[in-house]
Amino acid sequence: MTIEELEQIARSVQQENAKYDYEVNVCMDLACASQGAGLLRDALVKLAEASGKKVLIRKTGCMGPCSSGPLVRVDPEETLYAKVKAANADAIINSLGEKPVAELQCDLNEHFDKQVRVVLENAGHIDPEKIDDYISRDGYKALLTALTEMTPNGVVHRITESGLRGRGGGGYPTGLKWGTVAKASGDLKYVVCNGDEGDPGAFMDRSVMEGDPHRVIEGMAIAAYAVGASKGFIYVRAEYPVAVSRLTTALREARRRGLLGAGICNTTFNFDIEIRLGAGAFVCGEETALLASIEGRRGTPKPRPPYPAVSGLWGKPTLINNVETYANIAPIVRNGGKWFFNMGSERSKGTKVFALTGRIKHTGLIEVPLGIKLWEIIDVIGGGVPGGHKLKAIQTGGPSGGCIPADMMGLGVSYDALMAAGSIMGSGGMIVMDDTSCMVNVARFFVEFCMTESCGKCIPCRAGTAQMHTLLTRICEGAGTMDDLELLVELCETVKETSLCGLGQTAPNPVLSTLKYFKNEYLEHILHKRCPSGVCNMAGAMEAEPAVVEVLA
Amino acid sequence: MAAFTPPPLPSEDKRWKIVAGTMRKNGFARHALIETLHTVQSSFGYLDDDAIRFVAQSLRVPLSQAYGVVTFYHYFSLKPPGKHTMTLCAGTACYIKGTDKLIASAEKHLGVKSGQTTKRSEISLMTARCVGACSRAPVMICDGDVAGEVTDEQMIAQLERWAVE
Repeated sequence: MTIEELEQIARSVQQENAKYDYEVNVCMDLACASQGAGLLRDALVKLAEASGKKVLIRKTGCMGPCSSGPLVRVDPEETLYAKVKAANADAIINSLGEKPVAELQCDLNEHFDKQVRVVLENAGHIDPEKIDDYISRDGYKALLTALTEMTPNGVVHRITESGLRGRGGGGYPTGLKWGTVAKASGDLKYVVCNGDEGDPGAFMDRSVMEGDPHRVIEGMAIAAYAVGASKGFIYVRAEYPVAVSRLTTALREARRRGLLGAGICNTTFNFDIEIRLGAGAFVCGEETALLASIEGRRGTPKPRPPYPAVSGLWGKPTLINNVETYANIAPIVRNGGKWFFNMGSERSKGTKVFALTGRIKHTGLIEVPLGIKLWEIIDVIGGGVPGGHKLKAIQTGGPSGGCIPADMMGLGVSYDALMAAGSIMGSGGMIVMDDTSCMVNVARFFVEFCMTESCGKCIPCRAGTAQMHTLLTRICEGAGTMDDLELLVELCETVKETSLCGLGQTAPNPVLSTLKYFKNEYLEHILHKRCPSGVCNMAGAMEAEPAVVEVLA
Repeated sequence: MAAFTPPPLPSEDKRWKIVAGTMRKNGFARHALIETLHTVQSSFGYLDDDAIRFVAQSLRVPLSQAYGVVTFYHYFSLKPPGKHTMTLCAGTACYIKGTDKLIASAEKHLGVKSGQTTKRSEISLMTARCVGACSRAPVMICDGDVAGEVTDEQMIAQLERWAVE
């Protein structure tokens, strides 16, 4: 495969597409598929054939605004239809060449205008199971450019120059990580993609792996070239069967085209990727635990250093990045580091994909330049809180993150600003809560999650989260005292300071951030035995004896 | 050192050949343990003692380690599933939209706790940590089919449909 051959493929796809007068793209992502997108597509195919019009029906990955699904976009006019049922297929096919179907059309301009699509540039435009579709949109061009025109150091330099930071949540500078692995000695190195999206309420990585799998593969191949690795692993949750099957297809296609395997593109570079299935353990998102899981063991973390960059899989230098980080690589190599550097805020460059969910009008997947204000995401892109309710807080970062109160909506979304506000960027879950959510109850939900997911290796996390849960449950049931609250804060500090890995170190964040901004809710529960949002069941709290505080090691 | 011969298949059941196939593909390497257990669970529906023992011996992994792995990961099940499985997502977005009430209602309707199967092995009630369909919360999965924005009535209706089969 050479650049010329790649361009040849792209041209032939364009020629093939030019045979059609219309392209009808049907979103087949989980949210749309669960609302009958499959039947809709079958109906469209059947009716298009019968109509005699030259129509290409394409199944695509997530288009974004899932709450308006099933979505259909008709090109070249770019008409977007929302909530389309199989019964509407007739109207859509009939409208081709005529006026669009007014009653299905949706006006989501506001939703899309503030977004900048880098990672999701192909979402809704390609069939994820066709490598040629990806190639026709500049796919694998970056890999070939890197292999033929750049040195490995040059690639690392470009990534460093772009200012890209890890999209898994930590925000470690990607270029720096790559440089460390590249410098590590050893002839066998590994590249690992973390697709264990365990954070509940986040599905960005699933959508990328399902909707544009080649983008992840290309990013990993470029990374492997840059750091000198010959073998890669994609670690995917078993709960994402579609992602696994799309990636399997994509890997097979890439091998067939000579974009993976031995001597890629007539160079001496060899690289291949294997898929490894996760088995339902949140802690495996932690890098050392993930590596243990790939090695077939229990996913328990190890103290660092040594960092995986020096001693990772089977003791070899290993580069681990998140799905979205790899998805950013090809555009950076193609367009240059400066291009990426010019997007975003001062210390957080580029764009970030968020899964916008909870009490908001337009739920779904969005991609925004970093530095964007929270209110722009909530009010403009998300369309505000529905049902006349009042926004209370935004939760970012999942169980490791925190809640940002409604009066801080002027905050710019960046790694540092979110950290300063007591939350974290996290992998990109953004859950909107309104006045029907009790913040104490939410904190308890997250602590319960961390308690169940704690691997049990270190005591602060194993016993600490369990005790935190006991205290929070007591408060939620109206049996909490002010002593409990004091103890809770003390415990949070201990767990945060002394846990072995990120799971324990960040487990207190939901508690500390809600205590910081919503202390009055805790006090209401304790002093007045009242849940302001009416979520917690306080029955029996009144006659209960004052609780005896027991703390066990 | 003599070449390693894997133990014979536990029974004539053809599904064991699929399991052996996964191990062979991975060269009977120890690190294929989780991959192999996945194959067993997808073929048999759950992992029983015989299966764990067979896989451990074949991959030369101590039985204790294999059992440790099985019990560590939530995805692996030691109990056979019911004829139908109702999974309710308990991720954050679903929780905010009231999945806890759905779970309580299903538990009451079926008379079992989540994670259990009804007495006549008809319906297993499970919770999931997040299936990634958060934009359609709350979500239920009926025998693998994802349904979003679920109401209590819809869920109960589904359970009743299964019950009369």
